[in-house]
Amino acid sequence: MTRSTDYKPSAFRLEREAAKVSAARRSVLVAAVSTIAVAAVIYLLLINSPGWERVQTSFFSAEYAIKSFPKIIDGLWLNLRVMIVAEIFILLIGLLVALARTTKSPVLFPLRVLAAAYTDIFRGLPLLLVILLLGLGVPALRIEGLTNSVVVWGGAALVLTYSAYVAEVLRAGIESVHPTQRMAARALGLSNVQTTRFVVLPQAIRRVIPPLLNDLVSLQKDSGLISILGAIDAIKAAGIITATSFNFTPYVTAGVVFVMLTIPLARFTDVVTARMNKRQMQGGVA
Amino acid sequence: MQPVLDLQNVRKSFGSDVVLDDVSLQVAEHGVTVLIGASGSGKSTLLRCINLLEDVDDGRVFLDGEDISAVGADPDAVRRRIGTVFQQLNLFPHLSVLNNITLAPRKVHGVEKAVAEARAEELLKRFNLWHKATEYPDRLSGGQQQRVAIVRAIATNPRLLLLDEVTSALDPVLVAEVLELVAELRHDGMTMVVATHEMGFARKVADQVGFLHQGVLFEIGEAEAVIADPKTQELRDFLNAVRGAGRL
Repeated sequence: MTRSTDYKPSAFRLEREAAKVSAARRSVLVAAVSTIAVAAVIYLLLINSPGWERVQTSFFSAEYAIKSFPKIIDGLWLNLRVMIVAEIFILLIGLLVALARTTKSPVLFPLRVLAAAYTDIFRGLPLLLVILLLGLGVPALRIEGLTNSVVVWGGAALVLTYSAYVAEVLRAGIESVHPTQRMAARALGLSNVQTTRFVVLPQAIRRVIPPLLNDLVSLQKDSGLISILGAIDAIKAAGIITATSFNFTPYVTAGVVFVMLTIPLARFTDVVTARMNKRQMQGGVA
Repeated sequence: MQPVLDLQNVRKSFGSDVVLDDVSLQVAEHGVTVLIGASGSGKSTLLRCINLLEDVDDGRVFLDGEDISAVGADPDAVRRRIGTVFQQLNLFPHLSVLNNITLAPRKVHGVEKAVAEARAEELLKRFNLWHKATEYPDRLSGGQQQRVAIVRAIATNPRLLLLDEVTSALDPVLVAEVLELVAELRHDGMTMVVATHEMGFARKVADQVGFLHQGVLFEIGEAEAVIADPKTQELRDFLNAVRGAGRL
């Protein structure tokens, strides 16, 4: 049999494709109309509410937004620095805890129990509480040589809490690598440590990159919680202006700035996830 | 002459399930021993006891005269001398073909990167896989993956190569290319223990054939003698079943 070179689409095909196009057009139209309708309802509810005039001036004042913006950006720089330094420690500690939890060696049993207790406790404790306990408690001990910096202790609280989450994500990744991979590596003569290092971890980490990025997005905004200790981050900077003016616009401005910061990271996460799903569809493992 | 592999009265059970019952066999240097038998007859377990992925309950296993089943034997050191390829395709998906092959020589045997790559190149070229060197395993056919896995196992120049049903996950068209490679290794003088369902292949490459049934090595001997002239009812039944399935 030869391949036809002068193929012309049949009437059936043209009809099928036309139907698909019109169906797609219809769903875009429905989505657009419903979005506009919902937006209109919210808008009308807002501007017709009795307190709208006052809310508008105290939450959405252009004057205060412009005035507070430079201070908020200054504060944001602190958030960013805290986030970056914390993330480095979080990845390191999370990896160590995940490895401790997945070891099978009987000698390391106490370590396994410790790691399990750690993840249980710090995933359960509200972050705000950890920040308050560390930020106010440790300096109160007056231990010589220990810093009293609220930024450091607030950051430490972020590290302690997030490491527990990241450890669990990494552990899930490690356990998702098929046992035959480990067996194949051991059969080649690789030691237990080499197998983990060269075969298991590279596959595990690749698989959990999307959830790890998700945790990073979350850390980015939670870095604002250290303001409770008095560190002058973006939220605290907004709070200072609000405290003297009784205008809440700076908070809204800070909120917008945080959202602007997380959106690129969130989109990046989507892209990475989509790319990995595509590879998996093609039959790749990671 | 001292055999490369010498199993003496090996027993292995999982709980109350006896998987290997008093199995003894010797594999001479350059010899190819093919294990036949139904699924669950103990072939895979036998191979796993040889490379110490399983501990034997009783009996002894000697590799080049050294008791590798002895208490305190280092399994990593033993596995450095034995190459193994499994039934499932288990190349490392995050490494290219070349890196799959050079991982063990570099990390386990301390071979320099350039030397390990030169050796890998030589093997890949010889088995017609060089054009796939930079590809990842998911871009290879099942037959190519299994051939790379075999190349990976022999890249460290093992004393003994264990092949566990290396064709059973492949569709029939791809089986031939893998078996051809194994035949070539035999020609090179590689000492092998091969578990397989491919009876025709067993006849072709085996110096001796062993028939396992419910953990017992019922017959072992020259390939032609064992397959053409079975002495036990169990082997006759097995061969009839295989013939019925059109595989002999």
